[in-house]
Amino acid sequence: MTQITINSGSTRLGDTDRKDLWWLPPMSVFLALSTFVVYATFRVFYNAHYVIDTAESAYLLSPLYSPLVIWKDMPSWLSPAILVLWAPGGFRLTCYYYRKAYYRAFALDPAACAVSERKKDYKGETRLLIIQNVHRYFMYFALVFIVILGIDLVHSFIWPEGFGMSVASLVILGNVILLSLYTFSCHSLRHLVGGNIDCYSCVAFGQTRHKAWKGVSKLNKNHMYFAWTSLFMVAFTDLYIWLVSSGVITDIRIF
Amino acid sequence: MEQDVKLQIFRGDKEGGEMVDYQVPRIPGMVVLDAVHSVQEKQAPDLGVRWNCKAGKCGSCSAEVNGKPKLLCMERMDKYPEDATMSIRPMKTFPVIKDLVCDVSWNYKVNEKIIPFTPKKGERKFYQYEADRVQEFRKCIECFLCQNVCHVLREHELTDAFSGPRFLVRSAGLEMHPLDVADRSEQIVKDQGIGLCNITKCCTEVCPESIAITDNAIIPLKERAVDRYYDPVRLLFRKLFGKKAAKQEA
Repeated sequence: MTQITINSGSTRLGDTDRKDLWWLPPMSVFLALSTFVVYATFRVFYNAHYVIDTAESAYLLSPLYSPLVIWKDMPSWLSPAILVLWAPGGFRLTCYYYRKAYYRAFALDPAACAVSERKKDYKGETRLLIIQNVHRYFMYFALVFIVILGIDLVHSFIWPEGFGMSVASLVILGNVILLSLYTFSCHSLRHLVGGNIDCYSCVAFGQTRHKAWKGVSKLNKNHMYFAWTSLFMVAFTDLYIWLVSSGVITDIRIF
Repeated sequence: MEQDVKLQIFRGDKEGGEMVDYQVPRIPGMVVLDAVHSVQEKQAPDLGVRWNCKAGKCGSCSAEVNGKPKLLCMERMDKYPEDATMSIRPMKTFPVIKDLVCDVSWNYKVNEKIIPFTPKKGERKFYQYEADRVQEFRKCIECFLCQNVCHVLREHELTDAFSGPRFLVRSAGLEMHPLDVADRSEQIVKDQGIGLCNITKCCTEVCPESIAITDNAIIPLKERAVDRYYDPVRLLFRKLFGKKAAKQEA
């Protein structure tokens, strides 16, 4: 027989009766997000091989550097990526899904359900983290970025001799699709297009807004999936363009 | 030949207790509540367990099976390895009355404070498509597993500042009702403490009715709180245009 005490308040971080591999999901998230952050930070400060802008090929730009903000006499230490990445970075950082992911994986608050955590002065999202409520503003920027990445996509199909397609165009297409799905499945967007209405039959364009809300709600069910696949795709697209522009691989022309 | 079910069941009260070993015959199709009943019938007639419908609809038999919040009547034994010992404990968040029975009366006190349904005056007409959203919240069986697993209540014990997911679901159901005209924004932010929720979705994970508590109730309420208290553009708009703007928003 084992003696235990209930509700003593003396549980330590990680204490649980769970017998499954509860630590595996937060550890996986920790590793995946850390890998992306390390890779993206390296690429931002690497500040080279992010664009293919030659007379023989379509214009290909890494999503980490889009839109490309450069000017004459720009300091060499200043990476153009820094000037633009705050917007998509802020969108992901304040995203409702990623908040769950990093609160669990990095803050261990809690690491998993029914697993004990540190009994510190918990304030949730009321004090410093009240800043998370800025998410909708990052969402507005993210919508603009979808248009900008769409323009990059069009450029990737315009070759010197006319319309053409390469593997890079398809990679960029996949990136734009996944980023669009991630952005259009956003909880804040869901609220703004119609979630803030209680009586759709009482307001102007109520039916339309209800349809919009339902559409975003359908996408929203897969927000986590889009969050991860789009994150992976951003890194993969950047890596592909890096490898092509540095001559390690050749971008295969399809037609 | 099938092995007996090996159980460790908490026996005790709010002062503490012990995990007691039991073995009961395994029966095909058995759920955890069957095993507990078998113990109660043949080995420990004084074992306390609250149950009622045995169909996952009354929300009475909430407990923790191998550390996970579950309804005992819906948890099939064949999910677990035959040779393993299964632990069954009462919900951690609430004071134990006896064995697996908890005192969940705090929840009813919280419930009483919520501004009730306040329908608009005049013609009361709305459409099914408008009601669909709030009908999901009506599925709640008040098993309080979400309250039990919520770390704000379970770990940080902020019962004075946070109402818990169950009552945010109730408030969401009332707030989003097409006929309701009451304004619960202040109550949701200040009394129910929605800001304390850090959306880690454990409530959604344990809900036996599969209510998307976080995505469909808590996050929409958080967004409404942003509309009211934290969106600088909306705040400025309200400042400039005052009551007229607020009326239009409503």
